[in-house]
Amino acid sequence: MSTGALLWRQFRFERRMFWRNPSAAFFNFALPLIFLFLIASVFGSKTKDLNTLVPGIAGLAVMTTTFTALAFNITFLREQGILKRVRGTPMPPVAYFGGLLANAVANAVVQVALVVVIGHVVYGLTWRHLDVLELAVFTLAGVVAFGSLGIAMSHAIPNFDAAPAYVNAVFLPMIFISGTFYSTSSLPGVLDAAARALPLKHVIDGLRAAIVTGSGIGHHVGALLALVAWSIGGVTLAVRFFRWE
Amino acid sequence: MPEAAISVRDLRKSYGSVEAVRGISFDVARGEIFGLLGPNGAGKTTTVEILEGYRKRSGGDVSVLGSDPAARDRGLRKRVGIVLQSSGFYPRATVRESVEHMAAVYPAPRDPSETIALVGLEEKRDTRAGKLSGGQRRRLDLALALVGDPELIFLDEPTTGFDPAARRTAWGVVRKLKELGKTVLLTTHYLDEAQSLSDRVAIVKDGLLIAQGPPSELSADRARYRISYRRNGQLAQHETDDPTELLHRLTGEALERGERLEDLSVSRPTLEDVYLDLTSEEPS
Repeated sequence: MSTGALLWRQFRFERRMFWRNPSAAFFNFALPLIFLFLIASVFGSKTKDLNTLVPGIAGLAVMTTTFTALAFNITFLREQGILKRVRGTPMPPVAYFGGLLANAVANAVVQVALVVVIGHVVYGLTWRHLDVLELAVFTLAGVVAFGSLGIAMSHAIPNFDAAPAYVNAVFLPMIFISGTFYSTSSLPGVLDAAARALPLKHVIDGLRAAIVTGSGIGHHVGALLALVAWSIGGVTLAVRFFRWE
Repeated sequence: MPEAAISVRDLRKSYGSVEAVRGISFDVARGEIFGLLGPNGAGKTTTVEILEGYRKRSGGDVSVLGSDPAARDRGLRKRVGIVLQSSGFYPRATVRESVEHMAAVYPAPRDPSETIALVGLEEKRDTRAGKLSGGQRRRLDLALALVGDPELIFLDEPTTGFDPAARRTAWGVVRKLKELGKTVLLTTHYLDEAQSLSDRVAIVKDGLLIAQGPPSELSADRARYRISYRRNGQLAQHETDDPTELLHRLTGEALERGERLEDLSVSRPTLEDVYLDLTSEEPS
């Protein structure tokens, strides 16, 4: 089989395994939507708040489906010796990891699409400003940055039991300062600077432009460049420090 | 003479200042079952993992099916099957799914169902890997290593955790591999396993190869026959290279005294005796 065919096969295998894992399915699919419903209910559904919340949840979904999921996955596969087994077979690493990544990307795309549709249909956001190209560009940029950072993160995690602590130490502060649930326009200077240095805020800003405001990619070149920089850093770390066992 | 399946010359491996392997040489012929024995930490797994391509050597020459495994050539990995000491499965994939998924990676795989039957897992074919017992997981390991129909198979402690019946089944599989003309490099803690399966064995200690040869010759060369019997309730033991003469003398003396040689036995040292003798810490 060609490398491409093996990648596709691995992707389909990963999809099947994903749906058999209730906790992965919950964290990837249900959790962002539960956040959306709960916060929208608690804080009322004023358009202004929803304009922040819907793109915020879409950004959160990009991060959980790629960064969190891959950090957990790779740590598990390494600890179980599955990576070592794969390395002893003729499976090309590009096909194997390509299949793994494609699985995460599929989750991210489906999740962002769900959030956008729910935002418009359930919460009445206007479709008028939806910019599909910009949505695709920022989803992709977020997936590459967070995916590579998730793999890089897994190299720092000593074992699977420690994975939640490591992942949440990064994930939780980042979602609270990056404007996921509420507007962060009045954030203290230090936290605001931290949020601007980290990738999630840029993903959310881009998604907000694509879903809510309709301001084109031209207005968000800075956010895109920040994500490209994080992607370069993430890929470098992911490859440079990769451990099979 | 055809090229050896595995050829190792003065192999060395250091981890920092520690020399785990200190100059090992051996050959494994095609179609041979070769057993690598030694205490924990002797350098067995390091040696095998260099041959499998997982580790880089510090010195010496290694050839596996004519290639250098350190080059990580994909073509070589199509011809080799590896059973590691421990490696995991996708816990939510069934036995059949796992084996079929692995088969697709190889150019000319065995039939997955037949491979599952070969290792005796037919009844578990629809069970998820995460629900298998330790011995069943080991059999799935074996199935995954065999489904690519490799010429050379590395088995690192393949029957650890097996009950006696499962071990016999596994031994049957290894013998069948030999009938099919495959080459097997086996490491094991069970000396009866090495003795029963291997055409030749090598014993490794402290990173050096201290003995190698067919299990029977290895035994013959080192030790002698042991004759023991009980006299007045006391156990008497003699060791000799020529049991015929000694037995004749002992039985003659007993007849003269009008005694019986209770519990008389003549035994030859097993591979286990030789192994313990060679690897013991005290000078013997």
